[in-house]
Amino acid sequence: MGEALLMYLKVILVGGSICTIAELIVIRTKITPARILVIFLMVGAILGGFGLYNYVVDWAGAGATLPIVGFGNSLANGAITAVKTDGFFGALSGGLIATSAGIAISIGLSYLVSFFVSSKTKKD
Amino acid sequence: MKKLGSQTYSFESDISIISGVSLVGGKEGAGPLKKYFDFVEEDDKMGQKTFEKGERLMFLKTISSAIKKSKVEKDNIDLYLGGDLMNQLVSSNYTASELNIPFVGLYNACATMAESLIVGSIFLDSKGMKNIVCATGSHFSTAERQYRYPLEFGNQRQSYAQWTVTGVGATVVSTEKTSNIKIKMATIGKVTDYGVSDIANMGAAMAPAAMETLVAFFTDTNTTQKDYDLIATGDLGKLGSDIFKDLMMEKGYDIETNYVDCGHMIFNIDQDTLQGGSGAGCSASVFNSYILSKLRSGELKKVLLISTGALMSTTTNQQGDSIPCIAHLVLVEGEN
Amino acid sequence: MNNEERNEKYLEYVEQKSPKAGWFNSLFHAFVMGATICCLGQMFGDIIRSFYPVLDLLTVGAWSSIIIIVLTIFLTAFGCFDRLAKYGGAGTFIPISGFANSIASCAIEFKKEGLVFGVGSKMFYVAGPVLVNGVAYSLIVGVVYFIIGLF
Repeated sequence: MGEALLMYLKVILVGGSICTIAELIVIRTKITPARILVIFLMVGAILGGFGLYNYVVDWAGAGATLPIVGFGNSLANGAITAVKTDGFFGALSGGLIATSAGIAISIGLSYLVSFFVSSKTKKD
Repeated sequence: MKKLGSQTYSFESDISIISGVSLVGGKEGAGPLKKYFDFVEEDDKMGQKTFEKGERLMFLKTISSAIKKSKVEKDNIDLYLGGDLMNQLVSSNYTASELNIPFVGLYNACATMAESLIVGSIFLDSKGMKNIVCATGSHFSTAERQYRYPLEFGNQRQSYAQWTVTGVGATVVSTEKTSNIKIKMATIGKVTDYGVSDIANMGAAMAPAAMETLVAFFTDTNTTQKDYDLIATGDLGKLGSDIFKDLMMEKGYDIETNYVDCGHMIFNIDQDTLQGGSGAGCSASVFNSYILSKLRSGELKKVLLISTGALMSTTTNQQGDSIPCIAHLVLVEGEN
Repeated sequence: MNNEERNEKYLEYVEQKSPKAGWFNSLFHAFVMGATICCLGQMFGDIIRSFYPVLDLLTVGAWSSIIIIVLTIFLTAFGCFDRLAKYGGAGTFIPISGFANSIASCAIEFKKEGLVFGVGSKMFYVAGPVLVNGVAYSLIVGVVYFIIGLF
């Protein structure tokens, strides 16, 4: 039980901190959220490329995988793993294969709900 | 029409505002001005399939009702003048095709209300036309989609952002019929750019334009703020109007006592609109409700309406250009 | 005074006059929201692993992302997600929920322009940069890794 609790504390610490750093950039600079997403993604891909981010993932679980940095890491990791098995073809396909499930469900489900839902007026 | 100074004109004909009608959405209708609005539409799609169609219907309803209230036969309305915030002025274009009145579309973003009153007065002053309906408006949901993000997209707005007003205002101006409210003078603004490029900070971008137009008017007419009961800017919002007051003070005019901003007064603080309302419908709906009713009752005698507009597009904004702004001024007098 | 000097002075004045978002509140909200979403993800992962202990960590991680994505899209469809985002700021857009919301909200908003040019092309109006950059970075990493492997 104590171990599980410790894990959740790590998740909170890492996940919360990444978001807080992003928020700090939002309120202190004029960088728009879309750019911050791209910057964080790039950081993830670079850390992933050097194999460093996996240590964070091992330590903090979902606290490291769910933020966009983790997405960048998966892309980079996927490419590296695929190069090992498929050579140059893996360099092309690996990143997308590793993240394909998340992208596909986002697109598919969004497509589906768009049939049933229209946007509502904002009240606040 | 007589020219005064550099950019102010005084009208020689007797131009009366014979009716004014305002229509707003539910959020505006819950604000402090609710008892002044003619229509409050809780359903801002007006029962239509899209917000765009709803916006058109709002225009149609407001203009038809303004014409009816003016008691001028629709066939005797010589011209429909106005615009909105949509690309290619589509809302006004479709409305004009429904109305079957000769149409001139105008675009000065949120300054379109004052612009159309000025252009309408000039047409009337030329004696060729007798009755003109001026209408402008905006819609939160259509503007949000065109200028910002989808409605369901989750983002935080900057603390200095404003909220586009869902509202339409229509005014019938006439030289044939008379009323106790007259358009006396107008100052046509110059496009002003003080280098603000942050699209969320419209108030700061537009405040200098309002200041330059008002200072030009005071200089041209040799008057000061003390000669007027109310000075109303269009949609500077709380921050923008504070900046505007500072800028006017710098020029030696202390407007603290008789100054309001339509965007600041249309929402309550607890309605979470940050700096207040913006959009072409902001000054249009407040002018055609609150201001006209105060002029009608005689509570106000001389009112300066300064509609302010930000003239950028999403393209120029993404290319990093600063926001060119304009402000037009009309002097409206109530004669009791 | 020329226009450039005037503008510079004005922008400085505007910067100082504009209200700043409450420091502590924004950061605190972002932390709480980000931590909550990540904890939810971890919890879903733990639940899945308790049923299928053979799954490797990578697959479990992917599954918890998928659950968060599905939840986000439903919240977006019911029109509640924008409220959460207003509270959480970066806490909602930095986790994968922000990506899912941007795709779903665009699909819903632009469906009125039809399935091809509305939903089809504008679905990535906001999320596009993330996908484009992401794929580009993975390509670079893959190619570089491949070249290094040659020596």
